[in-house]
Amino acid sequence: MNAISLIPLLLALVLSPLLLGVINRTKAIFAGRCGQPLLQIYSDLWKLLQKGAVYSRTTTWIFRAGPMIGLAAVLTAVMLMPLGKCPALLAFPGDFLLFIGLLGLMRFFTVVAALDTGSSFEGMGASREVFFSALTEPALFVVLLTLAQQTGQFSLTAMFAPVSNAHWLHSGPVLALVVLALMIVLLAENARIPVDDPNTHLELTMVHEVMVLDHSGPDLAFILYSAALKLWLFAALVVGIVLPVTDSAWLNLLLAVGGMFVIAVIVGVIESVMARLRLPVVPQLLVGAGAFAAVAFLLGLT
Amino acid sequence: MLTTNLILILVVLSNLKLLGSSRLGASIRVVAAQGVVLGMLPILAHMNELSVRFAVLAVGTIALKGVVFPWFLFRAVREAEVTREIEPYVGYVASLVVGVLALGVSFWMCTRLPMPEAIASPWLAPVALFSIFAGLFLIISRKRAVSQVLGFLVLENGIYTFGVGVAARTPLLVEAGVLLDVFVAVFVMGITIFHISREFDHIEIDRLSTLKD
Repeated sequence: MNAISLIPLLLALVLSPLLLGVINRTKAIFAGRCGQPLLQIYSDLWKLLQKGAVYSRTTTWIFRAGPMIGLAAVLTAVMLMPLGKCPALLAFPGDFLLFIGLLGLMRFFTVVAALDTGSSFEGMGASREVFFSALTEPALFVVLLTLAQQTGQFSLTAMFAPVSNAHWLHSGPVLALVVLALMIVLLAENARIPVDDPNTHLELTMVHEVMVLDHSGPDLAFILYSAALKLWLFAALVVGIVLPVTDSAWLNLLLAVGGMFVIAVIVGVIESVMARLRLPVVPQLLVGAGAFAAVAFLLGLT
Repeated sequence: MLTTNLILILVVLSNLKLLGSSRLGASIRVVAAQGVVLGMLPILAHMNELSVRFAVLAVGTIALKGVVFPWFLFRAVREAEVTREIEPYVGYVASLVVGVLALGVSFWMCTRLPMPEAIASPWLAPVALFSIFAGLFLIISRKRAVSQVLGFLVLENGIYTFGVGVAARTPLLVEAGVLLDVFVAVFVMGITIFHISREFDHIEIDRLSTLKD
């Protein structure tokens, strides 16, 4: 562990809410609106942290613990994530399994906290979230497995270090399929438009938003911040694969951060030009992502 | 090498799309696109030994699979006035999963198959086998007679893919004969679908089996 490993962590902590701001701004430009300020999320977080939380009498300690454990899990996952060939704070063989496990833990506590409220709406959102994640998680697993098998490494830091221009020339189609699957997983895991609509407040149609309806004050700030960090993590996965590698470490880092915001813009464009899919069609899309990942894995074997 | 691999991946993806797609028109277009892409395969796979016969094979394949068959099938769909839904026996998600499993099985089988000589790409034989499996699965799992024709075409595309990989050893006459066979088969099937629908007002194959003379 050295000082340079702190850079990806600090960048994630500081810049991740800005990703949401960039997505919102892209959508606003598409819709012909001025849109909220780019730094609105920071103000929201600050405002929410000043407020007190309201707890329903039917909830137990699980409801209070949910946002905290979620934030702790995603923060640990951020420490495992390298950025722009800059090594992560923690790296050991097999840490990609821990990475997926931590994201699973975060989801589990969001779902359990939602069920703890006893609200039927939140139960519905929780059920959908679990259903969709049962389909995205295998896809993410196979994606990381393909990368591990392509590079022969079993740690996220070591896995992304050798992915470079030469790698793209050699097995470009496999990596392209991996990126495609990863983009679908990114949209699904972060409750983005073809799967879930982050703006809607119609309880019947939402997935992620409905689960956090009862949280307030600092708890909601924690959830909002965890969501931003999660988006940052998935964007970092995509950037780690597609990033062109240069000799200079600082240029790499700069390109990586730029790449993150390019991905935010792409997500914004997808949200602007696509409609939300019908609920029965969503599993088809997610299984499709899993199929892309599986095809990439099989093609990579030979 | 890279372009060949790209074409093979497109074939795999289009097969998966066919397994997961619910629209008849979209399926016909996908099969047409697959035919066009495969038509370019003989030229790209044998880039260094380019000759007239590969060009003839490519042009014939593209014209037949990319233009004549889709036109014919669209006509059959229009004349028979079938609904544009595919109506599978096996659901779309389950079909996709079966497709991925079939791909795995074909990769495994090809590790056990001794290849007689070097072929254009290590993915060629597995992808060809996968197309054959996908075509067979489409034939047995869909209700519409038109999608059975599509399944047959995918099956033939699989055989064609394998044939192109070893095209240096197969005479042009054999390839042309296969193309002609497929053409006649689709022609006959198109006419049959039209006549069945005119006689019985539907082309659902599970109901055809109850017809006894």
